[in-house]
Amino acid sequence: MDDLVQEFLEETGEGLAELDGDIVMLEQNPNDEQLIGKIFRIVHTIKGTCGFLGLPRLETVAHRGENVLGRFRDKDLEVTAEYVSLILESLDRIKLIVEGIAETGSEPEGDDSELLAKLDFVYEGKVVEDTATDSPPATPIDDEASPLKDVPIDADLSFDDLDALFEEDNALSRGDALVEEVETPEAPEEIIKVEPKAELKKEVKKEPAAAAKKAAPVATQQSLRVNVQVLEELMTMVSELVLTRNQLLQTARTYGDSEFTIPLQNLNQVVSELQEGVMKTRMQPVGSAWGKLPRIIRDLSVDLGKKINLKMTGEETELDRQVLELIKDPLTHMVRNSGDHGIETPEERIAVGKSPEGVISLDAYHEGGHIIIKIADDGKGLSSEKIRQKAIDNNVATAQELEEMSEQQIQQFIFHAGFSTAEQVTAVSGRGVGMDVVRTNIEKIGGNIDLKSVEGKGSTFVIKIPLTLAIVSALIVEVAGQRYAMPQISVQELVRISEDSDHSMETIKGSAVLRLRDSLLPLIALKDLLKVNNPEQIKDVLENNEEDNVISLEDKLKSPNHYIIVAHVGSYSFGIIVDKVFDTEEIVVKPLSPILSNLPLYAGNTILGDGSVIMILDPNGIANAMGEIAMVDVEDKNVDEEELDDAKRKISLLTFNAEGETLKAVPLSLVSRLEEFNIADIEESGGQKVIQYRDQLMPLLPFSKGFEMGEKTQQVLVFLDQGRSMGLMVTNIVDIVSDALNIEFTSAKDGLLGSAIIKDEAMDVIDVGHYLGLASGDWFNQRQKNSAMDATKTEQKILIVDDSPFFRNMLAPFLSVDGYSVLSVDGALEALEMMADGKMFDLIVSDIEMPDMNGFEFADKVRSEDSPWKDTPMMALSSHAGPEDISKGKAAGFDEYVAKFDRDNLLDKVLETLSNNKSVAKG
Amino acid sequence: MNDEIEYIESNETEYLMVMMGDQAFGIPVLVIQDVLSSQKVTKIPLSIPEIEGSLNLRGRIVTAINMCKYLNIETLNSHDNTKDMSIVVEHNKYLYSLIVDKVGDVLSLPNNKIEKNPVTLDTALKEISSGIYRLEDRLLIVLDVIGFLNSLCKEEVA
Repeated sequence: MDDLVQEFLEETGEGLAELDGDIVMLEQNPNDEQLIGKIFRIVHTIKGTCGFLGLPRLETVAHRGENVLGRFRDKDLEVTAEYVSLILESLDRIKLIVEGIAETGSEPEGDDSELLAKLDFVYEGKVVEDTATDSPPATPIDDEASPLKDVPIDADLSFDDLDALFEEDNALSRGDALVEEVETPEAPEEIIKVEPKAELKKEVKKEPAAAAKKAAPVATQQSLRVNVQVLEELMTMVSELVLTRNQLLQTARTYGDSEFTIPLQNLNQVVSELQEGVMKTRMQPVGSAWGKLPRIIRDLSVDLGKKINLKMTGEETELDRQVLELIKDPLTHMVRNSGDHGIETPEERIAVGKSPEGVISLDAYHEGGHIIIKIADDGKGLSSEKIRQKAIDNNVATAQELEEMSEQQIQQFIFHAGFSTAEQVTAVSGRGVGMDVVRTNIEKIGGNIDLKSVEGKGSTFVIKIPLTLAIVSALIVEVAGQRYAMPQISVQELVRISEDSDHSMETIKGSAVLRLRDSLLPLIALKDLLKVNNPEQIKDVLENNEEDNVISLEDKLKSPNHYIIVAHVGSYSFGIIVDKVFDTEEIVVKPLSPILSNLPLYAGNTILGDGSVIMILDPNGIANAMGEIAMVDVEDKNVDEEELDDAKRKISLLTFNAEGETLKAVPLSLVSRLEEFNIADIEESGGQKVIQYRDQLMPLLPFSKGFEMGEKTQQVLVFLDQGRSMGLMVTNIVDIVSDALNIEFTSAKDGLLGSAIIKDEAMDVIDVGHYLGLASGDWFNQRQKNSAMDATKTEQKILIVDDSPFFRNMLAPFLSVDGYSVLSVDGALEALEMMADGKMFDLIVSDIEMPDMNGFEFADKVRSEDSPWKDTPMMALSSHAGPEDISKGKAAGFDEYVAKFDRDNLLDKVLETLSNNKSVAKG
Repeated sequence: MNDEIEYIESNETEYLMVMMGDQAFGIPVLVIQDVLSSQKVTKIPLSIPEIEGSLNLRGRIVTAINMCKYLNIETLNSHDNTKDMSIVVEHNKYLYSLIVDKVGDVLSLPNNKIEKNPVTLDTALKEISSGIYRLEDRLLIVLDVIGFLNSLCKEEVA
């Protein structure tokens, strides 16, 4: 049987099993909108899927049933017992057909016209006669009753009728093993006269048993399906184990060395491995959820007469199967939407000057512990005009409100219920079971969805979801003396506000905002949001913490220290003011007790390593509480070519204080983490400060000789390369800025590359290499500063091609300190693009081992006859610098070949190569 | 533990006597999981005032409900809530801790001696009481813990 059909059967089976109970509940609570919505969606899904699989009978029944449910949902039809039985009847019919498919692989034959007539009858607004429901054309299958009851006993049955009955009954009594004699009845020739009821029953039942036997292998040939529940429970238990371990470790730390230390370390390791193992069993490539999309798109394009090309990348990206399961339907829905509403017909496309074939691209990748899935189409995009109209029609917003909204805000309306802009209700989509459900489902799993659309150009949906639901990483913050957890998924950055920092909070008529780089960020104090200033709720907190709580907003803004969590939800950014920020912690989300579940600001609660209970904040809830209108758009600005070029040269720098007045800066990409250690945890080994960090001993270096450590805690920049880490102790971390790095003059001081003007302020750029060298002798050889600056080399342009950001960021400042203008790219392909754009350089320094295209191939291309760069000197930079490598490099067209770690040699060679080139040019 | 408690076999039921203000209440022993002394709770801002917060009981999260506040009874421990006692019960797989003023003895009381609530009983009390015992020196209101938690959950969801 077709895999797709098999999958459909499994899914439908699950859906139907749920439906029975739901409909019965509906009868009891006819006004439960959520329930109606749920039933409607299940039927809608069945209908939608079987449309693609080519199951017309099933589709018809589901479609008509859905019509009636739609009226329930729109509340223009009251849910009565009659209607419920009618719906149940159609469900039974659906089950009957589904079971028929399960056995034979194709739809069983049968006549549904009576049922359909009744459904249409109701749909058109007439009352079903009681008599009609009393004698349904096909009896429900879930009891002993067989369709035979309704067949007049003494009637003549044609062979066709009997055959149909056989088939229906096959479905009914699959698995019925009580039949003694199993023999295939001979096909009756013409017409058989059926006399006694019992005998016919027996006759009919023979076949089912045989059929069931035949069907059995189909059901078992599938791979072993482990119950989700089992995996779920396993994961929960492991999560609990992890929590307990964390508590144990924390306790053990306070006691210092004891006989528990060793077993605990073992336990620690085993638990970590166990956790990893269990996580792995739950991981599946995202491609498995995409499997049926090409087919859906193909069928869709045939049905709608469109040409659609579905491009998928990143199928191998793995994520938790539970998450995968939950995003499967939303994804299918969105891809279908893109095909149905997004892509235009070939004629329309040609008319607007696009290629007749539309492209839907699906892309999945990891980003910062989350999975990003992008669904983009190059279709007609969202029509703000239509959405605006619909918003007015549906009374979600007034014309005046809409006037004031930006394009992007208006587009967000498609995430509201009942917002399909398709003008026609088709079998494909357009009933308003739509983006609202998609968004709800995605938010349910702690993800968010963002939308960008340009009318006429296409739409892009970006879904950001956590890798796994069981354990999330969260930032622990404090407000009014109590801690809360903020899921890391929506935290973009942290900003510290103090008197001497660059950032400051301002108020516009009482509402706080923050100038952050080039945007204005609306702020909300978590204190106000949680109303923890309310004296009744926090009486005792107040007693301990008086001055913190009685101050007004104005005062609060003036008070010296605040932290702002810059959060990003969907396409909105906003800042949340908190009192303190602690560490990030891996937490296990536990659901809230039902008496608290009405509080939208919380996503759950958890127990921290120290045993205390903590509430987990829900970023979506906070965003809603702030009111979407109040938020800034962070629409991507149209960056023109020049700016892009500039932006490439801009790098993010971390600024900090260490000694003296001048701020220090280091390229952010070199820093792997920022940490704050307790002084008590810092140990000394061999005359050097060290700390146990992530199961390793990490050397801690003072910024300079006379550096004074903090009193209680010490802020540390952690550098990590090739599995080794090093911590640089600094006084305090200030900010992250983005600017072009032009080192104006070199410093004679060890550890400093030189000074640069960054964001209009002079800063010392530190030489990470120096510290790495100090931390471990073999990292780099100590650099002898080349103090003689060669005036001729200024404004010579060097292009660095290296896939490793570490080296890119090492080399760029290192070369620019010697007066070169440096541009770095992360691969040969990008470099070749620049070549095609006609950019010229005086020297190309390229890595050899790179993905996509290695250095030798790159050199080949550059040295080809028609290349504009064929005379540009090239230097290879590689960690392998044996004689063979060097000769191979020279053969490929490199002028020089330098080992990556040999920095002195590198500079010399750069100088040499450039001057050689010059002399060649002169000569 | 199940929501339904079997009373059928014996004709006596055991109750834990707890005090709120000067009123005695009886909680069927079978629904009780734990009795704890005053615990440090994590506040839950925005929740109804009766909810004191949540706490960690052997790795499970317990929601603490201040019964005095709920029943509008003046607590005995208004100046020192470290004397508070918590009765932990399970309801629909979640744990709740009912904060009371004092915990007394366990009493075994015959089922046929329970009397209906007097019609004049305070409505808040009436809702959570499944009857009254006349003890020698005082009246004991039997707390219908499950019914109470049911209605509390429903209220909140609605």
